[in-house]
Amino acid sequence: MTNSINYNSSCTAINDFVVRFANTNGTGSASANNMFAKSILRMGIPVSAKNIFPSNIQGMPTWYEVRINENNFLARRGGQSELVVAMNAQSIKEDITSVKSGGFLLYDSSKQLIQEYIRNDIEYLGIPISAICQKEYTDPRQRQLFKNVIYVGALAAFLNIEFEVLKSLVADQFKGKEKLITPNIYALELGYQYANHHFSCPLSIKVERRDLIKNRIMVDGNTATGLGAVYGGATVVGWYPITPSTSVIEKFASYCDRLRIDPASGKKNYALVQAEDELAAIGIAIGAGWNGARAFTATSGPGISLMSEFLGLAYFAEIPMVLVNVQRAGPSTGMPTRTQQSDVLACAYASHGDTKQILLFPESPCECFEFAALAFDLADQLQTPVIIMSDLDLGMNDHLTDEFMWDDKKEYNLGKVLSAKQLDDIERYGRYLDSDNDGICYRTLPGTHPDKGSFFTRGTSRDEYAVYTEKSEDYVKNMKRLEKKFATASNIVPKPEINQTKPLAKTGLIFFGTSSHAINEAQSQLQEQGLTVDTLRVKAFPFHQSIEQFIEKHNNVFIIEQNRDAQMKSLLSNELSIDPNKLLSIANCDGLPLTSHYIVDGILSQLSEQLSSKQAG
Amino acid sequence: MSFEKSKFHHPRLAVNDLGLTYRDYEGSLSTLCAGCGHDAISSAVVQACYELSIEPHKVAKMSGIGCSSKSPTYFLNKAHGFNSVHGRMPSVATGANLANRDLTYIGMSGDGDSASIGMGQFAHVVRRQLDMLYMVANNGVYGLTKGQLAATSDKGAKNKAGEQSLFTDIDLCVMALQLGATFVARSFSGDKKQLVPLIKAALSHQGFAFIDIVSPCVTFNNQPTSTRSYDYVHEHVTTAAIADYVPVKKEITSEVADGESEDICLHDGSLMRIHKLDKKYQTTDAMQAIVDIERHKKQGEILTGLFYLEPTCSHFHEMNNTNDTPLNKLNQDALCPGSRVLTGINNSFR
Repeated sequence: MTNSINYNSSCTAINDFVVRFANTNGTGSASANNMFAKSILRMGIPVSAKNIFPSNIQGMPTWYEVRINENNFLARRGGQSELVVAMNAQSIKEDITSVKSGGFLLYDSSKQLIQEYIRNDIEYLGIPISAICQKEYTDPRQRQLFKNVIYVGALAAFLNIEFEVLKSLVADQFKGKEKLITPNIYALELGYQYANHHFSCPLSIKVERRDLIKNRIMVDGNTATGLGAVYGGATVVGWYPITPSTSVIEKFASYCDRLRIDPASGKKNYALVQAEDELAAIGIAIGAGWNGARAFTATSGPGISLMSEFLGLAYFAEIPMVLVNVQRAGPSTGMPTRTQQSDVLACAYASHGDTKQILLFPESPCECFEFAALAFDLADQLQTPVIIMSDLDLGMNDHLTDEFMWDDKKEYNLGKVLSAKQLDDIERYGRYLDSDNDGICYRTLPGTHPDKGSFFTRGTSRDEYAVYTEKSEDYVKNMKRLEKKFATASNIVPKPEINQTKPLAKTGLIFFGTSSHAINEAQSQLQEQGLTVDTLRVKAFPFHQSIEQFIEKHNNVFIIEQNRDAQMKSLLSNELSIDPNKLLSIANCDGLPLTSHYIVDGILSQLSEQLSSKQAG
Repeated sequence: MSFEKSKFHHPRLAVNDLGLTYRDYEGSLSTLCAGCGHDAISSAVVQACYELSIEPHKVAKMSGIGCSSKSPTYFLNKAHGFNSVHGRMPSVATGANLANRDLTYIGMSGDGDSASIGMGQFAHVVRRQLDMLYMVANNGVYGLTKGQLAATSDKGAKNKAGEQSLFTDIDLCVMALQLGATFVARSFSGDKKQLVPLIKAALSHQGFAFIDIVSPCVTFNNQPTSTRSYDYVHEHVTTAAIADYVPVKKEITSEVADGESEDICLHDGSLMRIHKLDKKYQTTDAMQAIVDIERHKKQGEILTGLFYLEPTCSHFHEMNNTNDTPLNKLNQDALCPGSRVLTGINNSFR
C-alpha cells in the first residue's frame, strides 16, 4: 500500500459522521475508545457511543461505534461508517466491508492488508502501530496498551480534534496515578505526529468546536441507576452477578463506599450481600423491605424468571422493594450482550396467579437516576415491588444526558407506616383494612409496639386483620382491593410525555425507554417525506388515562419497541379500552439499538400498504 | 385457619423480669395434628423466651412453607411473623436482619424446606453467619402434602405408604458444622428438659445458631418402619452435651444431672454452662462433632445435644462493619448525599 490519497470521491462531513472501532476484547481498547468519544464531547459536539461486545473476556471481536452529530441525532445510525479503525485481524474482512464508499480505513500497516479484501472506493490510512510500539516499548503489556493510545492520537490529527483536549482527558483519567500521564501523552503524540507527517490532515470528515453540550453530561445508565438508589435512600441490597445489570450494583457499592460511611463511627450505612442466586437476591430485598429498610436488587432476563415467584409474594403480601431489570436479548441465555426490550410482559404480569407489577421505563441516564430514587418512594407509597425497566444499551453505553438534579427540600415519602403512638390511638389494627378507600392500607414494622400492631405476613389468603382464611368472599375482597390499589398507582406513577401538533396529526407514535432515542431523527425524516406525526412516550405501567385518549384521537398509532412479539402493543391492547386494530407495530429484535431508518421504513411501508389496500377495496 | 386463645388467665400467674406472664408469650391455637412434635417445639420457644425475658415484640418470626413453617403462628403473638415462600426463609431473614439488627430473629423451617428446596439458601445463610436462631422441625416426611419421603429420611426407612427411602439422607447438623455455623445442636421435640435450655442458649448466642429438632409426624411418619417415630427416637436417642444459659449474675441452677460441666463466658459476661454426659464429647471441635454424629448413626443411634459452640464468633454485621444504628432507623440526612455532592459527581461526567 502507498499512502497517497485520492480525495475526489471522499466522504465530506463536519460534525456529522460515524467512527467505528474494531478491536479484540481484553486488549484495553475500551478506555482509549472512551477517551476518543469524550474528546468530541469536550469540543462541544453531541456524541454517542455504542459498545458492541461479545459474552467473553479475552480474544473475541468487539466493536465501538461513535456517532458525532450536531443535530443531536444520537441513536445508532446503522449502515456503513465514514471511518473504521480496524485493529482486529480476525474481523478485518468484515470491517473493510463496513466502511462507507468514499470513507476511510485506519489500520495497522505493520503487516500488509490481504489483497483480496481491498476495495477501491475507500481510502487507506495505514499507520505501522505495532512496529512503532515494538520500537518504543519493551514491556509486552505496554506494547499492547499503547497501540490503542497511538491510534487515538492519530485520529486527533485526522479529525481535527484539539490535542489539548486529549491531554486534559489523560490528566483526568490518571488523577492519582500521575506518573502514567506523561507516557500516555507521549503515545498520543506518536500517533498524532505520524499522521501529520504522512497524510494530509485533517481529512474531509472532521470535527469543529461548537457549544452544543450546555449542561449535559455523558454517562451510562447503570452508573446513574446505582447513584439514584443511593440518593433514594436504599440501604439493603441483595444481588447476583449477571450481565448487563452487574454494574448497577458495582456503582451503588462504590458510591456508598464514598458517601455512606457514618462519619462518627466509620461504619457502613448500608449492607450489600452477593447472594447465592437471584432467588436469594430478591428474598433479601423483600425481607429488608418488610422490615422498613429501602432495599433493591438488580438483574437481567434469566434472573427475572427466577425472581418471579418472589415477585408474586411481594405483590400479594404487599411489600415494598425495587427491582432493576437491565434487559438483554432473550429467551433463555439468548444474546446476553445485546440489547432488547423483551421483558415487558414477563415483568408486567410477573408471577403466577393474578399479578400486576409497577414498571418504570427510563429513556436516559438522567431518568435512570431520577426513576431509581423515585422508585423507592413509589414502592413505599404503594407497598409493592417497583421494577425499573432499563436495557443493555441504556445501562452499559455512555449517553449524552441532562445532568442529574436533586431537590434538597424534597423528603422521602415512606408511605403509610404506623408509629407506636398512632397504634395507641387505634382501637383495633387491621393490616389490610382499606380505611382511605384507595386500596393502600396501613402497615406496621416489627418491634414498633409492645402490644399492638403485630401481624403475620404471608403469601396465603387472609382477611383484613391478616388472619389466615380460605373464605372465598375474603379472598375476592382482597384481590379487588389490590386491583383498586393498581388503579390508584396509575395516577401516582410518572405520566407520559406527549407531543402533539395543532391540529392533531393523523398518525401517532408510542414508544418507551431507549426506543425514543431514534425518534427525533425519524420524525425529521418523516417530515421530509411530508408526514407529520404526534408522539407519546410511555414512562410507566399502569398506564395513565392520557394514553387511551392519545390512541383514540389518532387514526393510526405505531407502537415502537425492541422485541419480536410487539409486547408493549399487546400490553396496551390488553389493558386499555381501545380498538386494537388501530395499533400498528414497529418491532426490532436484532439485539442492536434501534435506528431511525428501521422506524421510518416500517411506518412508510405499512402506511402505503394500508393505502393500497383501501384503494383496492 | 388460626384461632385465638382466650386472654383470661389466673390473676397470680408468675411473671418474669419484664413483668410478663408465660401467657404473654403464647401464640394462636395450633391447627396442627394432635400430638404433632412441632407443637412441643412451639411451647419450648414460648418457655425459653419467657424465661429469658425477651420482649416478645422485639422478635421477628421467619418461616418458609410447610407444617413446620406454620408453627410461628403458635408462639409469640406479639411478634411480627413472616411466612414467606418454600425454602426461601433464609434469604428473607437475611434481608430483615440487615434492615434491623436490634431484633431477635427466630427462623422456623422443616426438612423439605431446608434440606430440599431451600438447601442452597440454608447453606448460604450459615456461611453468612447471620445472627439468628434457625430451627428445623425434622420429621423426615412431607406432612402438608400427605406423607412423601423427605431428604432427611434415613436411607432404607419406609413411609406410611410403604415407600422406601433409596437415597442417602442429609444430616443438616453435619452440613452446618462443615459450613462454619458457630452453634450447632440437635434435640428431640419430646425432650423438653433438653430442648428448652438449648433454645435459650441458642437465643443468647450472638451469631448463627442452628438446632435440628427431631419432631415426629404423628399422622404420616409414626409407624414402626419409621426412624422418626416417637417410639424409635425414644429408644435410640443418645445425648452428648447439654447447654444451659446463665444470665449475668444469676445463680447457676440446672436440672440436669451432669457427668461433667464446663462454663463458657459470653460477650456480655453471661455464661453458657455445658453439661457433658460423657467426657469424650467436646463442644469446641466441629470436625470431631461430625465424627461423633456419624459414629452414632452407624450404631443406629440419634446423637442429640449441643455439638459445637464458638462463643466469640463474628456475625454478619460485625463482618460487614454495619452501623450500630439499625439501617431502617437512619433518616434522610444520613442516607441522601444532597445536591452539593451531586454537582461534583455531574462534573466528573463532562
